[in-house]
Amino acid sequence: MTTVKEVLTQPLLTNNPIAVQILGVCSALAVTTSLNVTIVMCIALTLVTACSNFAISLIRNQIPGSIRIIVQMTIIASLVIVVDQFLKAYAYEISKQLSVFVGLIITNCIVMGRAEAFAMKNPPGLSFLDGIGNGLGYSVVLISVGVVRELFGSGSLFGFEILPLVTNGGWYYSNGMLLLPPSAFFIIGLFIWLSRTFIPEQVEEADFKILPNTETSGAH
Amino acid sequence: MSANNDSIQRTIMVAVLLCLVCSIIVSGAAVSLKPMQVKNKLEDKRKNILAAAGLLVENKSIEEQFAQVTTRIVNLESGAYANETELAELADSGYLVESFDQRKLAKDPSFSVKLNGEQDLASIKRLEKYAAVYLIQKEGQVDRIILPVHGYGLWSTLYGFVALEGNAETIAGMGFYSHAETPGLGGEVDNPSWKALWSGKKVHDDSGKVAISVIKGKVIAGSPDDQNQVDGLSGATLTSRGVSNLMQFWLGEQGFAAYLTMMKGQGV
Repeated sequence: MTTVKEVLTQPLLTNNPIAVQILGVCSALAVTTSLNVTIVMCIALTLVTACSNFAISLIRNQIPGSIRIIVQMTIIASLVIVVDQFLKAYAYEISKQLSVFVGLIITNCIVMGRAEAFAMKNPPGLSFLDGIGNGLGYSVVLISVGVVRELFGSGSLFGFEILPLVTNGGWYYSNGMLLLPPSAFFIIGLFIWLSRTFIPEQVEEADFKILPNTETSGAH
Repeated sequence: MSANNDSIQRTIMVAVLLCLVCSIIVSGAAVSLKPMQVKNKLEDKRKNILAAAGLLVENKSIEEQFAQVTTRIVNLESGAYANETELAELADSGYLVESFDQRKLAKDPSFSVKLNGEQDLASIKRLEKYAAVYLIQKEGQVDRIILPVHGYGLWSTLYGFVALEGNAETIAGMGFYSHAETPGLGGEVDNPSWKALWSGKKVHDDSGKVAISVIKGKVIAGSPDDQNQVDGLSGATLTSRGVSNLMQFWLGEQGFAAYLTMMKGQGV
């Protein structure tokens, strides 16, 4: 039986949705150029995952198997629209920067993945916490990527200047590539490498072995 | 899950109930939050107008600050303010002075014209017949004229405002509020120190031609045209050219030229 502690802490590192399951990478590339935006995105995703898990788990015994995926989608989509509306009303500036990415939480595999894999089989309370845990796991990666990108890309954190830029009369030449989406790929890649170095259990067994050099083995 | 769950009636019932509950939640949120969203949008636009004019003060309500601004609708062709009949015609189609949506107007075939090839310096495809201008009066005289401008850069259409001083000649400030240029390169159009370069520049050269332009490299102080030139953004040739083109377009014949001539004629 899964316990509350496991549900909350496992997704942080040992079973991180981005680093281990490689889910939700799209938004991790798009919203990590500044920390303010990153954090709002993390909160939005955590809320949606937790609430959708809760709602789906609540009616899990009523959902007909044939339409269960579309039922999950409907619940997730409704929650995302509600979050988007709230952001537009209470955090307009940030909602402008997040633009379509709030809407794209609907297609974030983490939300759907947790609904299908966890909420369909577990009680509401535990499902809710599982959503929070996975949201936090997503946040851990996003925030670390965001820190690197904002600090070395724009020389600031949360919009406050840390490394004064040359263009503003300082000494730091900003690394423009970090502001472009591909840089997040490299940072997430490094994150995955690090996490697999320290937690060797995460390394999957190879699907197939590469044969030794054909000439010496004679395999053709 | 019991087998009972998978019967057709059961499936339809669950689907209908779920849709009902979800639609009530979604529409409830949308309707109840609408007034605040509309207010945010308007406030955001006003903030951009004030910022372009260099009059934005932090931690003071936008509404209070915007009270000094008068919004007028200009007929771009004649350069005159829209008269009663024109205003009524606009209001009939849902374009009110307070919340004038120029972007929507440009797409409306009855209030805009198609631009082709050579005319379309700013690559905006359609030109609206009316534009909203924002005036700030000081001691009975026009102190700032804020004009909306837009045009294509490298990746995206840049939307912004340019503020002129009361003489309708000297630029007081400018700023873009919406664009998607490359961060760090073309995105530097948002850099305050670059925007500051604009203030004090003149729209026209000595012969009266619209000459304001963004040049490649740095402006050489003392050169004959230094009054009309702004430093280019390094690494962003196409964005700089786009900004240059859109300024020339909007301050030129097809844009606000007629209106600016009228403002100058008033001898302010």
